Formats: sequence, structure tokens, C-alpha cells
Amino acid sequence: MLSSIIWTPLLFGLIGLLVPKRFAAWVAAFGAVITLGLAIGVLAGFDPDGGMQYVTDVTWIPGLGVDYSLGIDGVSIFLVLLTTVAWIPAICFSAMRGTERPALYYLMLLAGETATLGAFLAQDLLLFVLFFDLMIVPFYFLFGIWGRDRGGENDPEDSPGNGVVTVQSATLKMIVFTLIGSLLMLVGAIAAAVISADGGELTFSMQTIIARGLPDGSQNWIFWFFAAAFLVKMPAFPLHGWMPDSYRAAPLPALAVFSAVLSKVGAYGFLRVVLPMMPDAADLFQTTMLVLAVASILYGSAMAFTKTDLRLVLGFSSVAQLGFITAGIFAFDVTGAEGAVLQMVNHGLVVVPAFLIVAMIAERTGSTELGPMGGLAKKAPVFAVIFLIVSMATLAIPASANFIGEFYILNGLFQVDAAWAIVASIGVALAAFYALRMYQLTMHNPLPEGADSREISLRDALVLIPMVGIIVVLAFCPQLIIHGSEPAVDSAVAVVREVAR
Amino acid sequence: MIFDAPTIDYAGLSPIIALTAGLVAIVLAAVIDPIKRFGPVLALLAYAVTAGCLIWQWNADVDLVAGALRLDGLAVTLSLLAVVSAAVAVLLAIGDPSETQAGRSDWLALLTGSLLGMVILAQATSMLTFFVGLELLSIPLYALCGTNLRRRESLESGLKYLIVGSVGSATLLYGLAMIYGASGATGFQAIADGLQAGDGMLSDSLTLVGVGLVAVGLAFKVSIAPFHQWTPDVYQGAPTPVTAFMAVATKAAAFAVFIRFFEVALGPIADQWDVLLAALAALSIVVGNVGALAQSSLKRMLGYSGIAQAGYMLAGIVTATQAGVDALVFYLAGYVAMNVAAFAVVVIRERQTGFSDDISSLRGLGRSKPLVAWPLTIAMLALAGLPPTVGFIGKLYLIEALVDDDWTWLAVMIAIGTMISLAYYLRVAATVWMSPADEPEAAAIDTAALPPQIAGAQVDPFDDPHADRRWYLLAPAIIAAAAAVFFGVIPQPLVEFANHAGNALSIWIS
Repeated sequence: MLSSIIWTPLLFGLIGLLVPKRFAAWVAAFGAVITLGLAIGVLAGFDPDGGMQYVTDVTWIPGLGVDYSLGIDGVSIFLVLLTTVAWIPAICFSAMRGTERPALYYLMLLAGETATLGAFLAQDLLLFVLFFDLMIVPFYFLFGIWGRDRGGENDPEDSPGNGVVTVQSATLKMIVFTLIGSLLMLVGAIAAAVISADGGELTFSMQTIIARGLPDGSQNWIFWFFAAAFLVKMPAFPLHGWMPDSYRAAPLPALAVFSAVLSKVGAYGFLRVVLPMMPDAADLFQTTMLVLAVASILYGSAMAFTKTDLRLVLGFSSVAQLGFITAGIFAFDVTGAEGAVLQMVNHGLVVVPAFLIVAMIAERTGSTELGPMGGLAKKAPVFAVIFLIVSMATLAIPASANFIGEFYILNGLFQVDAAWAIVASIGVALAAFYALRMYQLTMHNPLPEGADSREISLRDALVLIPMVGIIVVLAFCPQLIIHGSEPAVDSAVAVVREVAR
Repeated sequence: MIFDAPTIDYAGLSPIIALTAGLVAIVLAAVIDPIKRFGPVLALLAYAVTAGCLIWQWNADVDLVAGALRLDGLAVTLSLLAVVSAAVAVLLAIGDPSETQAGRSDWLALLTGSLLGMVILAQATSMLTFFVGLELLSIPLYALCGTNLRRRESLESGLKYLIVGSVGSATLLYGLAMIYGASGATGFQAIADGLQAGDGMLSDSLTLVGVGLVAVGLAFKVSIAPFHQWTPDVYQGAPTPVTAFMAVATKAAAFAVFIRFFEVALGPIADQWDVLLAALAALSIVVGNVGALAQSSLKRMLGYSGIAQAGYMLAGIVTATQAGVDALVFYLAGYVAMNVAAFAVVVIRERQTGFSDDISSLRGLGRSKPLVAWPLTIAMLALAGLPPTVGFIGKLYLIEALVDDDWTWLAVMIAIGTMISLAYYLRVAATVWMSPADEPEAAAIDTAALPPQIAGAQVDPFDDPHADRRWYLLAPAIIAAAAAVFFGVIPQPLVEFANHAGNALSIWIS
């Protein structure tokens, strides 16, 4: 069952290679919908208190102790749903506009979905590392082939002073940063398996490694090998150096899923691998991690407030949001971690429509620069309302699910030390600044010359309104995720709390 | 007086016999004009029969020729890799100027001779066969490097390889002599017994100097830093089919004897040489990867990358465990696939763009010639160790073997080296997919106008605009790339292949 969720996207991507070019997009969209259907099927039979479910365990490379082992629990199920949901609008949005070399484009996009789902479902440490590495490969090609050089004299869409970014340098930076982290993680994963086996039978099964336990001294360095990979992926301050360039160069539909889902794999990794496997180290480095998280919140918010390129505003706001999520996880408190899981889903759901709206704004004004924008709301009330809902969710207005998520996180942080909660809450206030500024500067003010304020087309509305609908529904019943993830989150956090005591 | 005729194990010797017969046939065919054209067919036939013999003898575990050779899992697996690479070299050389200028049969005879040396080397269990095999491997290669008679670089590379290679061989011979002096034996097993029995010999300076010199000599052959300086020049200058053969087959054969000599003959003093080899491996990883960063010639880049990859593989010997040998053989098999794919594409682009192996000759290839672009891209991703390719599993295997034997720092070195390598491997992928082919393809060098470097060499047109449609160039590229992905997704068959090699040494190492 879980295998079919993982491999369906890739299968449809490959079918897309065989059909005539103009059908490739719809084959891809169909594949993404089927994957969502399978994920909903899993949800239907899911029991929040049942621990690891739908377990698949097949030996894959017996010589190396690697198994093809999958499973789903209260944390991964919501991220799997997020992934399968997020890919559909991205594919449909591209499908309606057409892309160059469509078969290859959708193959890469769907391969990315396969790898991401694999990372969320893997229960074998090495399989997790493999999918984690694999995620970046299709996005390297997506950003590189369908991305665009930005800045410089030949780019009227870019304001001077942003600097020149070539696709080649941006993608290289991204993949080198990411893989530096994940290669260290590979060594760390192998060391964890070897050290925990202690001469016994070598296995990468996460549950076995957790059960066997790691000695304190090894935990400390293995912790940082894993943390490096996850923090780069998120990205967290100060390892976000790759983010601005690749966000500026990337094609927006691919960037939407990248920002919405791939960044969550890092946070998920902390919950799934780091806390249960290295509880002593996690406890030891709690303060360091919280400092990094709070620094990400403040730095990300401040940058989001000052940047004028909409891509970067959203990019840095993600840095801040991921900071919140990290803080929630490292509070070692059940409410904090539940808030983190909820916030992972919320942020993913908000970012996908946000980036697609940015793409539509760029179609109307010819740029993603805030400077020469404004007045788009004039003749487009529906478009403006959709954007307003997304902006309000981003700034976590009370009654939104994001508000609940941030509230839970701050609540968890408060249990550690009130100071953390107070500093982090500055981030909540700053979010209101940058989200409202983004909305105002694009939608209000006089319409500049050359910009076209037109209503959202029906096809785009069909893509966006379901996403906005999910955001609204989740605002009414966030407890679905809070309660659904509670047992799984509790077991992850309990290990560390045990140690801390 | 009655002599007992020595029993000859023809079955065990069959790979060597088949290859020798093939060599004779190729040389004889040279004098018969109508058959001459079919040289490649003859060579491929000979290699196929040899490969067949090797597979027939898959489970062999026998000493041959009074213990001078040993046909076992290690020999069979690594000989197979060498034979496959030679077959690829034959295909890639069809229509290559080096082959036409030097004379097709002569070229093929040299290649087959070198391959025979490799097959002998992979089975060598005595210092005599070790050295004979190594020289039989090397001397035809020196000549092959210079077969592109019209290009100064080719002749230069042949000469350079000859000089450096001879220094390496001499160093090796010196070392072998010293070890003989210390242990009083030439057979690997006898050396090990001598080292174990002799009091104080374990730390005898004569032995240790000998071990050092042998390591240096072999380091020259597999291009381990700091004995690598010849590699980029020779790789770049030599005709590309020869470079491909050199990069892949030589490593397979030389690592076979490297494993056997160090794990079997010098096994008892493993804790004396492991640090030396670990240092060489680490240095090689750094030098190779950093050196490759600044290269604009693909062949030079692959040369430096080969130095780094040799460093990774050497790490497998350092552990002196069966897991280490398994990992090395696995990595080597993957390395064959990745490099064959890469070199085949280099050959295609060279012929299409007037013998330029500059990275810029790949611009926009992803759009215009996806069938050529994909094998190269997969080769680069595999060399960089990304999933889902055999390169990822190979690194996993090596790191696991290293961490398991407490060589975590060397495992981290491999990880760091891989990080550096991303920069240059992915630059190739970026050129293929992310640069527009805005420049017209480089004008073909007017070969007729070049003065012959050797009097009497014929004038041939080099460029072949349809090289990307020649099956004998495309097939190796596509099959090798497919194998690199296949064994990345389903590695178990290759793991068993590697285990078969490692099991052969189970008597000597844990």
C-alpha cells in the first residue's frame, strides 16, 4: 500500500515519456490525483493510537543490512497528505500554461514527489538517507533547466541592486550545500548502525537502532552529522546561504512544492531520527538548537520584511517558519511538538498557493519585484480575496490553523523558559508586518503603468480555491492534526524527556 | 628413469589459453588482407570466449602452474571486469584515427596483449608472475598511448607514460627484491609464512622498506597521489578508447594484485602498512578532487577524478577485512560502468566536434541529443555518488566497511572528497542541460593540413558528424549507464559478485 503511494508518481512520470507531448501534463496530473487518492485511502484505515502501521519490510541489500522497510505513523501521515495535496496544484498550474520539454519536466516533478514520499515513509535509516539525497536530484534539474538567469542589464523584471544570479551557479550552490549535509548524514547513519550493533548483526532498521541505543559519546558527533543535513535542508540560519539564489532562479510551480514540502523533511528528520535515536545529545544541545531556531525566526522575519522580491519575501518567511517548527520540536514538550507538526502542514498548505499567486502576479505585472507593483485588487476582487486569505494565514491571524500551531509552539517553549517564548513571539509580530506589506504593495495603491489588473481566470481559480478551501477547513478543525499526531509525537518526545529527567 | 609428467589444469588455464590464442589469431589475421577488416570481430570473439571461460570457471579455487597463479573468485571477477572494458575499448576504437593509423590489427594485438597481462596479474600469487603480468600489461599500453600518430600530444603521452611507468616498475621490482631478501620466498603464501615465522622480521627495516617500495610502485600503476602526476597528461594525450581502457581495466587488474599482495603476502604485518595506505588514500582523495576542479578538458577531469576514485578504493584495502575487499570490488565494478558511459560520450563528442574534449563541446547536448546526454549525466551523478545509481551504494559499502573497522576518519575523508567532487561532476551536468547551444560546433581541425608526426603516417579524416548515431559508440554508453542505474536500484547481484571476490580471501582475512 505504502509502496504504491511512493511509486505511483514516478510510474506516471515514466508513462508521460511515452505519450504524445501534449498529453504529458494531464498524465502527470492524473498520477498526482491517484497518489492523493491512495494517501486518503491510507488515512481512512489509519488508527492514531496504532503506532507504526501499514508496515512493509523486505530485505533489499542483505549484504549491507539495508531493508526496504516502510511504515506510517501519526507524524508521517499528515506530511504524506501534505505532499500528495501540494503536488496537484503545482502540476495543474504548469499544465495550464505549458512548459518546454513537458515530458521531462513532469517526470522530474513526479520523481521529486516519489523521493519526498519515500523520505516520509522510510523506516530504515539508510533508505531514509537515500530518499533524502534522491529528493534533490530532480529539483536540481527542474531549477536548472526550467529556471532562469536573473538580474543584470538584460533582465527588465529585476530591480538593479539585487545582483546577478545565473541558474548554473544557483543550482550548484543549492546541491553542494544540501549534499554536504547529507553526506555527513550518510556517515552518521552508518556509524549509528555499526555502533549500535556493537558486533552483532548489522541492521539499519530505525526501531532496532533506537532499541539498541547509542553510547553518549558517539551520540554527540552523530547528532551534528544529522543536524547538518536537516538544518541545511530547512534551511535554518546560518546555513541558508543557498536559498536566496535558488529561490530567485527557480521556476515558480516547482519552487512552490520545494518550499512547501522538501523543507519539512528536515524538521521531520529531527522528530523521526534525531530525538529518539540520540536523546542524550538532543538534550545536551537543546540550548544550541533553540538559539539557532530563534535566530532563524528573527533573521528570517527581518529579511522577509526588507526584501523587495516576492520570491525572497516568501523564502525568508519560510526560514522564520521553519525556525518556529524547530523550536517547537526542541522544546521537548508534547504541545510544542504537536504545534510543530501542525505548523509543518499549515506552512506547506500556505506556501503552495502563495508561490502560485506570485506567479500570477508576475504574469500581470511582468515581475516579482514589489517596487513597481500595486493596485492589482482594483478589477480583481476574487483574486484579492484569495491572496488575502493566504496572507492572513501566513501571519497566523487568530482563528487560523497557523495561529493554533504557533500558539502550541510558544506554549511548549514557555515550559522550557519564558524567555524563549517571549523572544520567539517577536517573530509572530514581525510576520504580520511582512505579510501585510506583501499584500498591500501588490493589491492596494495605484495601479502602475503597464500592469494589468485582471480577474483570476477560471482555470487558475480551480487550482487555487481548493487549496484555500483546505486552509479554511483546517482553521476550523486543527484538532484533527493535533490529536492525530499526539501518540506518535508523544513517543518521540518522551524519550528525550526521560533522559532530561 | 621415469618422470611424472606435471599435470596441467587446462580448465583453470583456459582463460589465459583462450586469450593467447586470440592474440595469435589477431596477429596472423593481419597478414591476410580480406580478413584484416574483421579484426574487431575477431578480437570481440576472443574476449567473448575468454569471458565464457571465466564464467565457466566461476567457482574455481585452484592453484595453477606450481602455485604461480591462482584462479579464484577474486581473479575471476576482476578479470571479467578487465575483459569487458577491453571489449568496450574495441568498440569505441572502430573508426578511431589511432586505430586506422597504427594499423587495425597491430592496435588490437597491443590491446589484447595488455589484457592478457591483466588476466595474468589478477591471478598472480608469486612475485614472478606478479611482475611479468604487470609488465605485459604496461608495455603494450605505452605503445597504445602513442598510436595517434598525427597528434603530438598522443606521442608525448606515450613517452611520458613509458618513462613514468618504467620508474614505477623499477621501484616495484626493488621492493619485491627486498621482500624476497627478508622472507626468502617468492610465493605470496610462502612470504606470509616467512613473515610470520621469522623472529623480529615483522619490524625488519628491509621488509618495511620493501613494502613501502611495492606500495609506491603499485600506486604509480593505479595513479594514487602523490604518484599520480602522469595521469592527467597521459589521459588527455592518449587516444580516448585507450584512455577508457587504461582508466578502467588497469585499475581492475592492478587492484587485484594490490589486494592479493597486501592481504595475503603481507597480511601478517597488516598493522604496519595500514596507516601508510590510509595516508595515501586520504591524500589521493584530496589531490584528485581538488585537481579536477580547475579542469576544462573532460579527459583531464576524468583523469583527476580517477585519482580520487582510486583513493576511495584504496580505502577498501586499508581495512584488511573481507568487507573492505567486497566494497572495493563492488566499487570497482560500478566504476567500470560509470567510466565506460562517460568515455563513450567523450568519444562521440570528440568525433563530432573535431577532436575537442573540452567541456564546452557538451553545451546544449541535453536538448539536441538526449540519447548522448543521458548516459553522460548518469555517469556524472554516479561518480558523484548520488542515488539512485551504483555510485551511492558503492560509497555506502565502502563507508560501512571503514566504520566497521574503526576507520571513521577515512570514511569522513571520503564524504568530504565527495562534497568537493560535486562541484566538477555537476558542472558537466549543468553544461549539458543548462547551457544553450548558442555557439556553432567548433570547426573541425583540418587534419589533412597537420604535418604527420611520424613519416609515412596516412592522412585520414577524423571527424564524423554522425557519431551520435553509430551503434558501436552509443551501445556501450547506454548499456553502461543503464547498468549504473540498475545496480543502484537492485544492487544485490553486484553485492554477490563482490562477495564472490571477497570470499576467495576468506582464508587469509577476517
